[in-house]
Amino acid sequence: MAPGAATNGRPTATRTSELVRFATAGSVDDGKSTLIGRLLFDTKSIFEDQLEHVEETSKRRGDGYVNLALLTDGLRAEREQGITIDVAYRYFHTPRRKFIIADTPGHEQYTRNMVTGASTADLALILVDARKGVLEQSRRHAFIASLLRIPHLVVCVNKMDLVDFDEEVFERIRAEFTGWAAKLDIHDMTFIPISALHGDNVVERSQRMDWYDGPSLLYHLEHVHVASDRNLQDARFPVQWVTRPMSDELHDYRGYAGEVASGVFRTGDEIVVLPSGLTSRIAGIDTFDGELEEAYPPLSVTMRLEDDIDVSRGDMICRPSNRPKEARDIDAMVCWMSDRPLAASGRYRIKHTSRTALAKVDEVIYRIDVNSLHRNEEATGLELNEIGKLRLRLSAPLLVDEYRRNRATGSFILIDESTNDTVGAGMVL
Amino acid sequence: MTYEISHLRALESEAIHVIREVAAELERAVLLFSGGKDSAVLLHLARKAFHPGGLPFPVMHVDTGHNFPEVIEYRDRLVEEMGARLIVACVQDSIDKGRVTEESGPRASRNRLQSVTLLDAIEEHGFRAAFGGARRDEERARAKERILSFRDDFGQWDPKGQRPELWNVYNGFVKPGEHVRVFPLSNWTELDVWQYIAEEKLDLPCIYFAHERDVFKRDGMLYALSDHVELLPGEEPFKKWVRFRTVGDMSCTGAVASEATSLEDVVAEIAATRITERGETRADDRISEAAMEDRKKEGYF
Repeated sequence: MAPGAATNGRPTATRTSELVRFATAGSVDDGKSTLIGRLLFDTKSIFEDQLEHVEETSKRRGDGYVNLALLTDGLRAEREQGITIDVAYRYFHTPRRKFIIADTPGHEQYTRNMVTGASTADLALILVDARKGVLEQSRRHAFIASLLRIPHLVVCVNKMDLVDFDEEVFERIRAEFTGWAAKLDIHDMTFIPISALHGDNVVERSQRMDWYDGPSLLYHLEHVHVASDRNLQDARFPVQWVTRPMSDELHDYRGYAGEVASGVFRTGDEIVVLPSGLTSRIAGIDTFDGELEEAYPPLSVTMRLEDDIDVSRGDMICRPSNRPKEARDIDAMVCWMSDRPLAASGRYRIKHTSRTALAKVDEVIYRIDVNSLHRNEEATGLELNEIGKLRLRLSAPLLVDEYRRNRATGSFILIDESTNDTVGAGMVL
Repeated sequence: MTYEISHLRALESEAIHVIREVAAELERAVLLFSGGKDSAVLLHLARKAFHPGGLPFPVMHVDTGHNFPEVIEYRDRLVEEMGARLIVACVQDSIDKGRVTEESGPRASRNRLQSVTLLDAIEEHGFRAAFGGARRDEERARAKERILSFRDDFGQWDPKGQRPELWNVYNGFVKPGEHVRVFPLSNWTELDVWQYIAEEKLDLPCIYFAHERDVFKRDGMLYALSDHVELLPGEEPFKKWVRFRTVGDMSCTGAVASEATSLEDVVAEIAATRITERGETRADDRISEAAMEDRKKEGYF
């Protein structure tokens, strides 16, 4: 990759910028590593010693080119085998935004890794090889992105240089992808024709595709509106920690510390504590830097209440007129992440917000084929990387919302009681 | 009202969430404090997490005995000001007890010995969680590490068998003898750390700012002249304006030539630098391509 084309410098010292997380998925040959390398390189996020190192290693391995995949392959086994084992996190800044890339491998264990990377993403970036069109893999990625409710999807039709920058090829892929994605619940989908290798439409608009009048990929990443993706309607505050300093000057102080999951809380608001159902008002919202008038996601704050009522970790503070469901049975989509299969009637720990309980699998309702979206209702369990709809019975009520409405209060993990491994990722239906 | 939040506030809130979650779920946590900038930020965030209460866990320094005196002075000042409980685990004690053998020669370092001292201290105190200031942008093996990173009862890290980490739901379950390392600054970059220090006006050891010092050149890096390093033939000390970009042992931490005497100057310098902090200043990472991965598997920070 040649230097140059660097238009976006690193940020200045004082400027504030917004945090955006995106997940990329793909296999070795669709140009994903080249694209990430290009983004990092052109935003000056690759340092000279890292580049030198990659150049040396590429030469030693006889790659014949500077293999930017080596930048993200961090473990010895990965470098030796030329594969990516796990989700790798990469960072870059532009003057407007700080980006966190969750880079997930496309080969085996793809589902487990992509679900992990997708769980925190604001945006999913999917690569399609212009020569090959929409493959099974692209469809799988789009399905997982929609299942995890990633609000924005960007489909980069890559290797446009290898199809003579032909508009028809791009339009054909766009039509095919859009047609298929209609089955999924995707609200914002953007298509960009690019050449990651040559940089067309990655950072700068390409001069070689006059017919394309949309933005470059980086411009899109910098401007896509993510702040409004947060749920600001349903006030939810899972209590993580009860702050009781018990010092002389703060003898009677009692505060409830947590991160606002959704909605807006203001001093004076009437609230209800669940599951107890006790009500009170917010007396103050404290932080180390002083009191706040209001708290919204994802701020970490400490709330004081007007009344001395019993509140502990695992409780949720909400508004009396807008409550989550207090559920003892839940239906959920679950992605299985362990070598030991999920069995109907299996028992696991379930962790949801700051609350932990036990969950028993009452029924495997169906298993979904991530490629065809076919539902197999005969399924009785889930193997590693499989996704299915389960009915779970809980040892204690959890305070849940539908995942589609609230990612923070609709998500949970399942933990194996004997190994303590995280074995499942669930989304409440 | 748009309820916008800057990237530094988002990172801060994420870190505070992690710290509270671990303190609530795991008995006996400890915060590993080296006196470096990352641990200074970590300690500040821990303080914010429990305000107006105090820290619900002690602070531990793994002391190699090869410290910059300025850093020890800073450590003691900060801990006293916060009223935190300080535990010092000494590599010298591990050497005296015969747990480890001191390296010898001009390139000797106690860097690797620290892992044993650290694991012994974790076992002795029965800590189930140890907070550290490591970041994923520092090093390639770290780019793959979880925020809650599990250690077996030998203190080992198994990079291929890590627990998946989803949303902000953390799994802190461990059995007796096992522990987790917790990295609330995982998603911060070096520049984020400096911007945050500038925004919060945090106190740091003075060696992070440019000063004139006796140094010598080795393997293309500048080292501080001290009792902890033997000079090789041909190495001549000289005076130079330098600052330190990372803080480790005097024996393996390089200085960079710099005139940056204020926080603003340092942030501007970091924003313009083209070399990673570990590449520029840490001899301990130059041993091999997988130096960090190997040390981490043995229980290193």
